[in-house]
Formats: sequence, structure tokens, C-alpha cells
Amino acid sequence: MPGLVTVPASLLALVLLWALLAVFTDPEILPPPLAVLALAAEEWHSGDLLFHLGATLGRVLTAFILAMAIGAAIGIALGLSGKANRAFDPWLIVALNIPALVTIVLCYLWFGLTEVAAIAAVAVNKIPNVAVTLREGARALDRELAEMARLYRFGPAATLRHVILPQLAPFMTAAARSGIALIWKIVLVVELLGRSNGVGFQIHLYFQLFDIGRIFVYAIAFILVMQAVELGILQPWERHASRWRRV
Amino acid sequence: MRVAIESKSFGGDEILKDISLTLEPGSFTVLTGPSGCGKTTLLRILAGLDTDWRGHIEGAEHLAYVFQEPRLLPWRNLLDNIRLAAEPAGHGAEAAAALATVGLEGYEDAFPGTLSMGMARRAGLARALAVKPAVLLMDEPFVSLDEAAAGQLRELTLDLWRKIRPSVLMVTHNLAEAAAMADRVLVLSGRPAVIAADLSLDRPRDRRDSGWVRDFSGRLRETVGNGAVPADPGSL
Repeated sequence: MPGLVTVPASLLALVLLWALLAVFTDPEILPPPLAVLALAAEEWHSGDLLFHLGATLGRVLTAFILAMAIGAAIGIALGLSGKANRAFDPWLIVALNIPALVTIVLCYLWFGLTEVAAIAAVAVNKIPNVAVTLREGARALDRELAEMARLYRFGPAATLRHVILPQLAPFMTAAARSGIALIWKIVLVVELLGRSNGVGFQIHLYFQLFDIGRIFVYAIAFILVMQAVELGILQPWERHASRWRRV
Repeated sequence: MRVAIESKSFGGDEILKDISLTLEPGSFTVLTGPSGCGKTTLLRILAGLDTDWRGHIEGAEHLAYVFQEPRLLPWRNLLDNIRLAAEPAGHGAEAAAALATVGLEGYEDAFPGTLSMGMARRAGLARALAVKPAVLLMDEPFVSLDEAAAGQLRELTLDLWRKIRPSVLMVTHNLAEAAAMADRVLVLSGRPAVIAADLSLDRPRDRRDSGWVRDFSGRLRETVGNGAVPADPGSL
């Protein structure tokens, strides 16, 4: 597997390039990797790093689950019904084009600077993307297999689990992939604008204190967490869901 | 099973008209006719997959369908494919036994994509028989198989039919196949299509040698007219 060799090597090269650039730069502007590592250790021991990572991760997961469930329901309904799709497709296009910042600001103004408003703002941003992806999946559902299931009286539960969901799995994965990537970035903005904890809040704090090292600590820590989610959850699930393809 | 179709149309086009048909319990009926005359449409009406027609039907419970393409779920292994169909009929526990009757023991964990077309067809047959149907509908179940595989599957189908005794209605273009397997042949023809001929075959199957099959399928071809696949009795 060539990926095992080249990915770490490539990342190591990136860190080395950073170290090299840092040699020629003011450490206030670009702190070297080892200095950032020391700061990370400090933040870890004080408990701050874990606390704020946890707060952000909780928001990411809650918003992600909400967006996937609601977006999938809307997308599947639109994909299965031509009438519904013609009626609501323009709404979807409008929703897709609302800037994330507008949704966030409006949610805070309407619902106050609360946790519910924060999570709702993030979920609402992502729902249209999930709906569009799952709509394609529902349009592509195999009618012949649906007939087979009807003929053999599978019933709604078994039809959903064994006939429909396996066909939607690739679309769910695609939506989850792009979803998690988009959501965690929006969560940081939501935290920056109206929360008093989380990675976004910390980055805002150290922005005001001009502490670039700690901004690096929080940004890198969260990138690592999200990569762990990708490698530890999304990819194994995808392998499991597509095992029948490996012939 | 009994069906009386007054009329079936697609758009403004009337496809079937005044078709009245009774399938005796345990009989093996073959339905043939020119391409596009409505054989599959008739089968789908009997199966309840097409409900947009005028007429009435009775005795359509407990049926199974062997589709032209096997229509197995590619993301479930063979055992699950059979079990999912057999469970609602109350025979989920016998799924492995059904696979064994078509010679697929040892393939319980195989995914359909790994099978040859012949094996996938066998699995489709196993699934249909696993529900212990009173009526078995088959839509060209042996096309696109090589002649050896098709011959084996015909033998297997007849064997299992003798054991389980559903009423079979099988669509085919292959008149030699019809002559060799059926105890009744229906010819569907015309537009809108009607039952143009209804022939009984009393001759025991073991006495249908290639000469007899050639004669009978020759007479069938005259009835069917254009569109029928030439019979090839030498291969049966």
C-alpha cells in the first residue's frame, strides 16, 4: 500500500517547510513547530485544550446528525416525487445560496446567543447540501429491485433496510464527507460570533491577544480530531457498506 | 388461479383484450407469442406488479416470480437474498435448504456479483421456490445462458416443479423449449393481443424426443407467425 509511505512523508515535508520558514521569520509571526508543540502541551495540561475541543466537537456532531437526518428526509422526498421536486426546487436553490454568515447572524438575532441558535444555524447551513445529494440518490433508486421487494412482500421496514438504504449509502457517505468538512468550519464561526467556549472562541480570544502560537495549537488540534473522525469512523463505515463491490 | 382481463392499455394503445385464463393447480403452462405482444405485461398483471387494467383476478396469493434478470440484491449475500424473500411467507428458516436444492450449497456467503449468470438464475429460482408458492410465474428464465447451462436449468426447474407442484406460467420465445416442457401452451398474438391458441400436450415428457419436439414446435411456429425464435430441438 503506497499510501502508508507517502502520506506521512508528505506531511513531514510540510512540517519541515514550516520549520524552515520559521527560521527566517519573527517567531511572533510564525512560531516554529516545536514552540507550538510546547504551547500545545501547556494548553493540554491546563485542561483548556480538551475542554474547548470537546465543546466544539459536541456542536459539530449535534449539527451533523440534525443536518443529515433532516436533509436526507427532504432530499429523498424530493427525489421520489416529481411534483414535490418541481414545487420546492427553487426553495432549495435559494437555500443553497444563503451565505453561512447570514444564517448565523439571523439565528442569533431571532433566538438569542444560545446553544440552540448556534447549532440550528450550523445545521440549517448544511441541510440544503445534504438534500441535493440525497435527491440524486433517490432518483437513481432501482425500480426493478423495488418491484422484487413488493412481489415478495418485504414490508416497509425490510425494504428500507435491505433495498433502499444500501443504494443510498454512497450518497450518504458523500454527504457526510462534505458535510463534516463544512460543518466544523461553520461551527468555528458560530463560536467566534456568539459562544463563550469552543475552538472558535479560543481562536477569537488569541486573535485579540495577537497570540499566533495558540491559534496554531487550536487549529491544528481540531484538524487532527476531524482527520481521526474521517479515518476512524467514516472510512471504515464506507468499507463495510461497499464490501459487496469487492469481487 | 383465475384471471379475466377485459382490457389493458398503455397510453391510448390497447395491448390486451378479453383474456380469460385459468391455471389448474400443479399445471405447467407456457405462454409464447411474437415479441412485444404483451406476454410480460400479462405476467406482471397476474403478479400484481401492474394494477392499471380492467378486469378481475382471483387466487393470486402465494405467488412467486422468476424475473428475466435475476434481480438479486447485490449488497446482500445469497442466503440473505433468499431469506428476505422467504421470511414474509414464513419460510425464512429454510433458506439454506432452498439454496441446496438448486445446487448452491457452499455459496451462502457469496455476493451475487461474484456469480455466473447461470448461478444467479439458480439463486433466483431458489428464492422463488423458497416461498413455497401456489403459483410460479417465470419470464424467459433461460435466455442469455449457453445451451448446456440452459438445459441443466430446464431439468432442474422441471424436477423442482414435480416436487413442489406450483401452477407454473412460463413466458418464452423458444418454441422447442415450450414443446419440451409444457403440458399446455398458450399463444398470445394480435394487437390488442388475444389468446390465439390454447394447446394441450398429453405426451409424457420422457417420450418427447427431438423429432417430436421439432414437429410440435414447427406447428407452434405456424401459429405464432412472425417474431418467434426458430426452434432448435437438436440442442434440447
